[in-house]
Amino acid sequence: MNTWSEIESARGETRTEMKLKNTIRMTQMAGLVLAVMIAGTGCKKKIAAAPPTPAPTPAPIVEAAKAKPVISFTADPTSIVRGDAVTLRWDVQNSDAVTIEPGVGTVAAKGSRQVYPTTNATYTLRASGPGGSESARATVSVSAPTEAPKPAPSNVSEDAISLLERTVKDAYFGYDSSDIREDARATLQRNSDGLKELFGKFASTNVIVEGHCDDRGSAEYNLGLGEKRANAAREFLVNLGVPGDKLKSVTYGKERQSCTEATEDCWQKNRRAHFAMGQ
Amino acid sequence: MIKYLFLPILLFAQSTDIRISIIRPDRPTIALPDLRGTGEAQPLMNSINAKLFNEIEQAAVLKIAPKGMYPLTVPQQPTDFKPPTVGPNRQPLSQGPWLTDWSGPPVNANYLANGYATVQGGRLALFGWLYDVTQKDIQNAQVFGKVYFGTLDEAGAKKVALEFAADILARFGGKSLAGSRVFFVSSRSGAKEIWSMDYDGANQAQMTRYGSTCISPAISKDNAKIAFTRIGAGNPAIMVHTTDSGRKLNFSNPIATMNATPDFTPDGSQIVFSSTLGGSPANLYVAGADGGGIRRLTSVKSIEVEPKVNPKNGTEIVFISGRSGKAQLYRMNLDGTDVERLTDGRGEASNPTWHPDGQFVAFAWTAGLEPGNWSIFVMDVASKKYVQLTSGVRSENPAWGPDGRHLVFSRTVGRQVQIYSILADGSQLKQLTFDGSNEKPAWTH
Repeated sequence: MNTWSEIESARGETRTEMKLKNTIRMTQMAGLVLAVMIAGTGCKKKIAAAPPTPAPTPAPIVEAAKAKPVISFTADPTSIVRGDAVTLRWDVQNSDAVTIEPGVGTVAAKGSRQVYPTTNATYTLRASGPGGSESARATVSVSAPTEAPKPAPSNVSEDAISLLERTVKDAYFGYDSSDIREDARATLQRNSDGLKELFGKFASTNVIVEGHCDDRGSAEYNLGLGEKRANAAREFLVNLGVPGDKLKSVTYGKERQSCTEATEDCWQKNRRAHFAMGQ
Repeated sequence: MIKYLFLPILLFAQSTDIRISIIRPDRPTIALPDLRGTGEAQPLMNSINAKLFNEIEQAAVLKIAPKGMYPLTVPQQPTDFKPPTVGPNRQPLSQGPWLTDWSGPPVNANYLANGYATVQGGRLALFGWLYDVTQKDIQNAQVFGKVYFGTLDEAGAKKVALEFAADILARFGGKSLAGSRVFFVSSRSGAKEIWSMDYDGANQAQMTRYGSTCISPAISKDNAKIAFTRIGAGNPAIMVHTTDSGRKLNFSNPIATMNATPDFTPDGSQIVFSSTLGGSPANLYVAGADGGGIRRLTSVKSIEVEPKVNPKNGTEIVFISGRSGKAQLYRMNLDGTDVERLTDGRGEASNPTWHPDGQFVAFAWTAGLEPGNWSIFVMDVASKKYVQLTSGVRSENPAWGPDGRHLVFSRTVGRQVQIYSILADGSQLKQLTFDGSNEKPAWTH
């Protein structure tokens, strides 16, 4: 970075030669600064970087040019949960064109890249050079996140799901409240009968109590409120004799709206404890 | 009570005499005449001039003198200035371009930035000078003169203008936002994922690919890590990733139905968060950066979320609690002592975020309005005096910029949520996102 004083001194040193060029002043100034830059560090660097004397034995270079590409190509780790990153690392010799597919494309001879495969993936590195072409592969296995939504497992029969949906209904809450209202009390009492019947007929099933909120409060506070609602509904059912180890409470806050209009009717539909088949 | 900070905007509360001096009213005036260019630099001058003007304007440390008032002869370099000559009886003999053209009426500037651009060796070269035009001669007037190089294209034009602007702003204690990034939540891929963009909305890119809801991002003070809340099939959990490559880092969530709303201590060694580890409802906890060594901070029968650590002292937090009824803003020491409610009990409060100076907190508040009518407020934590920054349109999730003068936040218009930036005096509202729904911005420090 040239300060003005540096620019000024540059002008003094090169005024004569610049006058000869008879250019407009603006270009002249620019040229002067370029001149001082060349006269400064840039020029020194060029001298320092003068070409080295040729290697005394060129023969191995010729042989190397004919050699086939040598590839080192790895994926780390080779097994991930979807969403995690995999680092591809490669080091290729005797090659002037290296590509990695799918999704990476042309790369330098040596490097690394993070990729996020969503399913099992095999990455193929192809390298070509004067000595021919080579390829190498790296395989990554991808498993679904344990917290990701899964369809109801096959061992839960349609009959069980149908029974749950027929006999267990949403319990509703007031704004910013996890108190069990009169209407929710009646709903949960009926739900407790339905749940007892469900667990009696289908011993291997369990049920998730989801707490939900309307979208007026903050997402963060509603996570806590949904948790409180799910917990309150679950406790109420356990007090009515539903086995606690069959009921798991979760919160969705306001992240899963069942109704999106800005009316009290709709907000009420969202302020709920919902019951879903577990796994 | 007046509190003066190093920052320039005045925030006035309508009803009281509180003034929080974040943006000073008495900032100096700079003249910014359009720079000219020669040859191949000429087509880039509009970009250079626009970028330079925008950078100086949005930094809000200087007032810009109106361009219509500028003299017709604009000097492009120091030698263009011609000191006025006077005869033996002090009568003026000549009057060339001089400093007083800019310091006197009608311009009335304190400073002048000028220069020109040209092409050198195939590269764009911007020559820039800054003058204090109240001085008597050029030597004393010149604050600096520098040359900036860039590629001969739009990117190069932007680069040289940003560098010139940053050098000017640095003289007035201004911090350029250039290079800072905003992380945010976008649903445009189908699920709420973490995305990032430049501070001006450019270069928007997806970071996470969980296919499930990710919310409430927080960035470590060294900008290396981002923590957020991920909701898979229920059970919100805290995730920590690197900001540069998006690599997932180890964080052991306590076994609980909810672990959420993380924030880093300034040294990055600890994470504060909300959890049901000790039972329902969620209270506040602190753990090591990997989730180890967990310690309970609060033990109340109310929901407590969003603990945010003071970035200056690292020893106090503000947080949201329902311990007095509706959700309100509180502060306490990180050792659990000196709990104090900051908001007056009206409405609901959420989304607190510390100003980089550790004195002010921006947050969302319904302040007596119906639920859902959120506005952005700024409070001086020590005095609890506050001012309202936005009104009318649902506004949440404020986050301060690294300059301490700008905020980003989300506005909900109809069903559309988008991220905007705003100057701390409520001016310069600018929409940054347009695709899908975008919310919960977190600005790098």
